[in-house]
Amino acid sequence: MKAINEMKLTFESRSANEGFARVAVSAFVAQLDPTVEEISDIKTAVSEAVTNSIVHGYKDQIGRVYISARIYADSVVRLTIRDTGCGIEDVQKAVEPLYTTCETGERAGMGFAVMEAFTDKMRVRSTPGKGTTVYLEKRIRSKG
Amino acid sequence: MHVHIEGDEVLTCYLQGEIDHHSAAYFRDTIDRQIERKQPKVVILDFSDVGFMDSSGVGLCMGRYRLLAQTGAELRVQGAGGNIRRVFLLSGLNKLMSID
Repeated sequence: MKAINEMKLTFESRSANEGFARVAVSAFVAQLDPTVEEISDIKTAVSEAVTNSIVHGYKDQIGRVYISARIYADSVVRLTIRDTGCGIEDVQKAVEPLYTTCETGERAGMGFAVMEAFTDKMRVRSTPGKGTTVYLEKRIRSKG
Repeated sequence: MHVHIEGDEVLTCYLQGEIDHHSAAYFRDTIDRQIERKQPKVVILDFSDVGFMDSSGVGLCMGRYRLLAQTGAELRVQGAGGNIRRVFLLSGLNKLMSID
């Protein structure tokens, strides 16, 4: 199925851009007339994916985060959040709730669990040394 | 982002703004400074004026929970509604502390 609208966003993996990314994506999705809750779900899921790229993908380096958002005729939004960072050795383990590689105790290990709970579909593809792409899909139901 | 902190033995921290990985460091450092200074018995984190929170907020609570556990002090969460509450419940934080 062909998208009826699309936007692409590229930005540096600086934590100050986490807010920018989620607001930009939610502003694009706003044309589907989503509920406040649907917008909040999308902002939360995007924030988690972008934070993963910044914290885990690039660690102490600055790289680029690539987002694409596509809207389809049935009010489905498909998002990809991609980095070219270090990748994930074991995706199955990384998506388990409470799994974290953070040793400071300040990260909850809930990123993928939140993305999964706040969208309709989530898929993760990662190649160690090459990067990670997160695919998210959400149907906006409020329209009409 | 801002946090207004009141009290001594019962230290209430009113968090304001958005909580993500970027802002969590500010909230963590500001709250920890007051915990160190006042050595409270109870710390309450109030989320009534938080407009957005991702799982960085869970990390913020878990970090403070661990810090307070060292002195036997208690952490409570209040004012968490909507998606903020959903993120807390999804993480099982309610099994460690009171969430109102």
